[in-house]
Amino acid sequence: MVNSIIYLSMFFNLFLGTIKGLTNIQLEEIGCQLILGNTYHLALRPGAELIDELGGLHKFMNWKRALLTDSGGFQMVSLLHLADITEQGVTFQSPVDGKPMLLTPEESIQIQNKIGADIIMALDDVVKTTITGPRIEEAMYRTLRWIDRCISEFGLINVFLCLLHFDDIHGVKLNASVDYWAAHKRPDVQNLFGIVQGGLDPVLRDICVRGLVDRDLPGMVASKANLTSYWDSYAIGGLVGGEDKDSFWRVVAQCTASLPEDKPRYVMALSFLPDAFYYLAMKNTFQGVGYPLDIVVCSALGADMYDCVYPTRTARFGTALVPEGILKLKNQAMANDERPIDLTCSCMVCKNYTRAYLHGLVTKDAMGSQLLSYHNLSYMMRLSKNLHTSIVEGRFPEFVRGFLQTQFPKGDVPEWVCNAMEVAGIDISSCCTPLTSWHDQPSFDTQDQQAGVVSETFIN
Amino acid sequence: MRFVAAKACAGSRARAGALYIGGNSAAPIETPSLMISTLKGLPAFISRDHLGDLPAPDSHLLHVSPIHFLDCPATKTICTIGGLHQMVGLHDHFFIASPRDSLESLPESDGTNKLGASFETPSGRQLVKPSAYMEMITSLMPNLWASMADEVPAWVSDKRNKTSVDRTLRWLDECINLDLEGGKNVLGFVVGGSSIEERKRCATEVAARNVSGFWIGGFGLGESIEERPALLHAVTDSLPEEKLRLVSGLSLPGVDIIQPFLSTEIAA
Repeated sequence: MVNSIIYLSMFFNLFLGTIKGLTNIQLEEIGCQLILGNTYHLALRPGAELIDELGGLHKFMNWKRALLTDSGGFQMVSLLHLADITEQGVTFQSPVDGKPMLLTPEESIQIQNKIGADIIMALDDVVKTTITGPRIEEAMYRTLRWIDRCISEFGLINVFLCLLHFDDIHGVKLNASVDYWAAHKRPDVQNLFGIVQGGLDPVLRDICVRGLVDRDLPGMVASKANLTSYWDSYAIGGLVGGEDKDSFWRVVAQCTASLPEDKPRYVMALSFLPDAFYYLAMKNTFQGVGYPLDIVVCSALGADMYDCVYPTRTARFGTALVPEGILKLKNQAMANDERPIDLTCSCMVCKNYTRAYLHGLVTKDAMGSQLLSYHNLSYMMRLSKNLHTSIVEGRFPEFVRGFLQTQFPKGDVPEWVCNAMEVAGIDISSCCTPLTSWHDQPSFDTQDQQAGVVSETFIN
Repeated sequence: MRFVAAKACAGSRARAGALYIGGNSAAPIETPSLMISTLKGLPAFISRDHLGDLPAPDSHLLHVSPIHFLDCPATKTICTIGGLHQMVGLHDHFFIASPRDSLESLPESDGTNKLGASFETPSGRQLVKPSAYMEMITSLMPNLWASMADEVPAWVSDKRNKTSVDRTLRWLDECINLDLEGGKNVLGFVVGGSSIEERKRCATEVAARNVSGFWIGGFGLGESIEERPALLHAVTDSLPEEKLRLVSGLSLPGVDIIQPFLSTEIAA
């Protein structure tokens, strides 16, 4: 499957009009092509009308590359009181004055039109918790009905192949027939993505996928609600065993298997939860989507686009991303370490700062978060680029093996990764010591360990 | 570093000057000028790659407080890294060090004693001896540095105020002795509180030492705005005209470089 698909591995970051800790120039420098905006937050403040009046979000924030907005529905359900979903739309209590309000699929499109992002999302029927039963089916069919309402509101006639490709600096074109989609060239074109629903039920997901495919949308999104609904239960419920990561990759695999090969597949995850949830999850060593390992696995399964807040959020907790896993800069061992965060990294931070200096900044000074965010995002951009290049150059399996060997030098690749790679058709036997069952895997209830992460012994 | 006090403003004590900081900037910084406050050597809200967007060379003047580095990194580590400029990646910038700043290193005269000066920091009250201070100065290697001082608020007794001047002078000599370069880049600290006589005494004594310039402190600690001009003039009248004068806590004619009191708060 992987060998026949040539896709961009695209990583982009969440924001509310700006990226926390980085300027636009810095984002351009590290190679960021696309950033995501929360429609809900933007509509609250500064407001869609204002953004429209000032010429759209690109102009408002002076970002010349691509932008993506979500439908706004998810935050309403997760953040607001008395949110409810009816056939009409999402009813909720206005956070401003408490009045009952309604977000319809049409309105979501209108708001996103005003914001003017390049990629916009159809409002889907968000199922927040891991519910089973008829609600899942209802959500799936309703999502399809809402897609139709979105489409008619949107007036979608032309469908553009939305394969992203690098800008002129990189000069890599995937496909001669691909339209170069960047705001400055096509200010009047937005691309509507549909979201796959259906819970874990393969039959329902199949129906949804076929429904979306029939409507010939520019792109598809693997059901974020289901993925993040797992997230919710983790954050609140605490420690969960390895099978949940197992379910996650299977969902992604099923989606990518059934979604058309010539359209981008976007795995949305971890975008929308506030820091408090994240911290809770970190304390319970939750394994969410967004770690570099997850992205490599999803890429192997055929996904193309990812977003998450993990790199910047973990930066604010003083953690840097490195090829071997993570580096906790507030660790006392960093206090006199004169090496850069990552010797293989050529970002501004690694070129200019030592771990010792950063140790003094992180969690104490805002500059520490900024510098770490810069490095972490650089790392993710580099990972995306390496994934892409290795696919284009036909050496993706080797890249995956190299990645896993660096992250798991002892060969203790988690079982879910092995299973996923088997389905993806990538041979990683050289990276693994003989498999133990997941019961024997290291326990995840200490703060020092996370999936795919090497502990402090690395730094020696 | 070379400072040239140029035109004096007729009828006033104000003077224009030029500060040549060397390095890649051939053009001097025109004085009066402001120093940009830093936290651990970096401006609070701009990372080093954006500093270049600010006007040069004027934005190259940075204030650093060695007290920010009390906890970490260790002075030995700072030495091996190669000093402050290398550590924060700002090789072309001109760092002027003094202990006090307006955010994270506030002088606490109650805690100050004959051994050292006390500061309120995020990690609590810290007593800093001249030896520890000079160790940090030596490892950081700022372009200019102020000696240690006992800054007291305006309402202390005359006796306490006099003690603060005696201590400040003693610490100036101690710092120069401890400096491996013999005080080549030292800015003599001038205090004296709200007493014209003590201000004059301190200024005269500091001027008698071989210093590169003067750090005029002890302001912004409870004296009234009306008092300040007279106190400042008592100081500047006793200082040689050709040497650099910095002031912290206020802005009045007769000084060349000002440490802004609230710049980081306003920027936030």
